[in-house]
Amino acid sequence: MKNIHEKVEKNVGLFFLFTVMAISIGGLVEITPLFFQKELAQPVDNLKPYTALQMEGRDIYIRDGCHVCHSQMIRPFRAETERYGHYSVAGEHVWEHPFLWGSKRTGPDLARVGGRYSDDWHRAHLLDPRSVVPESNMPSFKWLAENILDGELTGKKLATFNWLTKNRSHKDENGKAIPLYTQAEIDGAKDAVKGKTEMEALIAYLQSLGHALK
Amino acid sequence: MSSFWNIWIWVLTLGSLVGCFLLLRWCLNDHTGVKEGESMGHSFDGIEELNNPLPKWWSTFFLCTIVWAFGYLSLYGLGGWGGLLGWKSSNQGILSLAESKAKTVASLAEGSAFLVQYDREMAQADAKYGPIFAAYAARSIEDLATDEQALKVGQRIFIQNCSQCHGSDAHGTTGFPNLADKDWLYGGSPQAIKESIMNGRKSSGMMAWLGALGGEQGVKEVAAYVISLSGRSVDPELAKAGQGKFALCAGCHGTEGKGNIALGAPNLTDNIWLYGGSKRVIEESIRNGRAGVMPAWKDILGEEKVHLVSAYVYSLSQD
Repeated sequence: MKNIHEKVEKNVGLFFLFTVMAISIGGLVEITPLFFQKELAQPVDNLKPYTALQMEGRDIYIRDGCHVCHSQMIRPFRAETERYGHYSVAGEHVWEHPFLWGSKRTGPDLARVGGRYSDDWHRAHLLDPRSVVPESNMPSFKWLAENILDGELTGKKLATFNWLTKNRSHKDENGKAIPLYTQAEIDGAKDAVKGKTEMEALIAYLQSLGHALK
Repeated sequence: MSSFWNIWIWVLTLGSLVGCFLLLRWCLNDHTGVKEGESMGHSFDGIEELNNPLPKWWSTFFLCTIVWAFGYLSLYGLGGWGGLLGWKSSNQGILSLAESKAKTVASLAEGSAFLVQYDREMAQADAKYGPIFAAYAARSIEDLATDEQALKVGQRIFIQNCSQCHGSDAHGTTGFPNLADKDWLYGGSPQAIKESIMNGRKSSGMMAWLGALGGEQGVKEVAAYVISLSGRSVDPELAKAGQGKFALCAGCHGTEGKGNIALGAPNLTDNIWLYGGSKRVIEESIRNGRAGVMPAWKDILGEEKVHLVSAYVYSLSQD
């Protein structure tokens, strides 16, 4: 048989292997090296870990799908930075697991929303977005004000983030990594959030966004 | 990035380009052992596969993409090499705003050709719009408030940044002050307005008075008195009892309830209510307290733009 091509066409295993090789090249070139790039493991100088309450707020942000309509990624264009502030940089996101960059803006970018509005505004807006922005098409999230946090898992979450960011935290003067959370903070996490509403947690999280680049 | 990963990128990228070229060249020759145009021996539902060469337009186009790739890589760089253009979208490695500014200033000193894409865009915009804002910044807020063109620009900035709370007509809503009337929490002079926008206002907050007033009855009494201050009729007994307790409120709102702009304490006698003037809402304000916050805008907008917005806001309450 002279037709070599036929071997690939008739052998599913071989065809699968070649396909995987072909489609993995892009990832191997563009993604793999980033895992080992120093710039992407170094936090910006002022990066602070989420407090226990902010951490719970972050989980609510994920649970209720805020990232589906809101991005947290200001691109380096004047049209964006005039509205949202300095473009996002790698060092602001090195402790994010998962990244909440989002991929679509039905609502505005939230990467630097912290401090732009008062807590009262956020409360009014989350309860009834149209009470403050008449043309808004954001749904109401009124259950946030009714759900109370028990904090059962908060300590575990902080401890998990210590583990996730092991090689990427700030360093002390001896070059030793400082964990994001002390044992006391992990132990006190439950009491820090217990009894607070999900609304308070989410607002605390939103108000914490974007202050790291100073 | 370490040289290992740079080599990794170079080898894989160039290897796959060369690989594509070799595969294409191999496929352009006939390796089937079947004469051109004759059947390959497959027939499905009467459709027969013939041994035809790759279409010329397709293989030429494929070759062009490979040439394009080499052109693109030499202009924009690969794995640690910046390319002939030295193009960069932004300074991603920065760790602080100061570092970001320093990098921009340093490359600007070398000439605009050395700027990263974003800085170049900003430099062009600054050259175009900078003088306009600088000219406005040099004039007083009172002066700008009569300049139609300046107010138009100020209004644009207002709608973009302020309307979310104060409304696109600046008439406010429950909890967010009306800026178009003459009632000001922190003062309506141009300087006071500019100060409010620049540094924000964080009132010390009205505390919750339920405990200090001795429970619900005390709240009802004070609320009745407060309502009477703006001339509405209330139960005189309740109001009288409330008047006695109003001494607690006078520290901020003044003995006559006229407010104090130094503290952001509202005037209670003018029948203008930030949170609503019904009995229920006034009782709620007294019971639980209030704490409105105006965010600071100097870092977000910069002083020149704040100056213009101040003029716009100031103009709203001028006849």
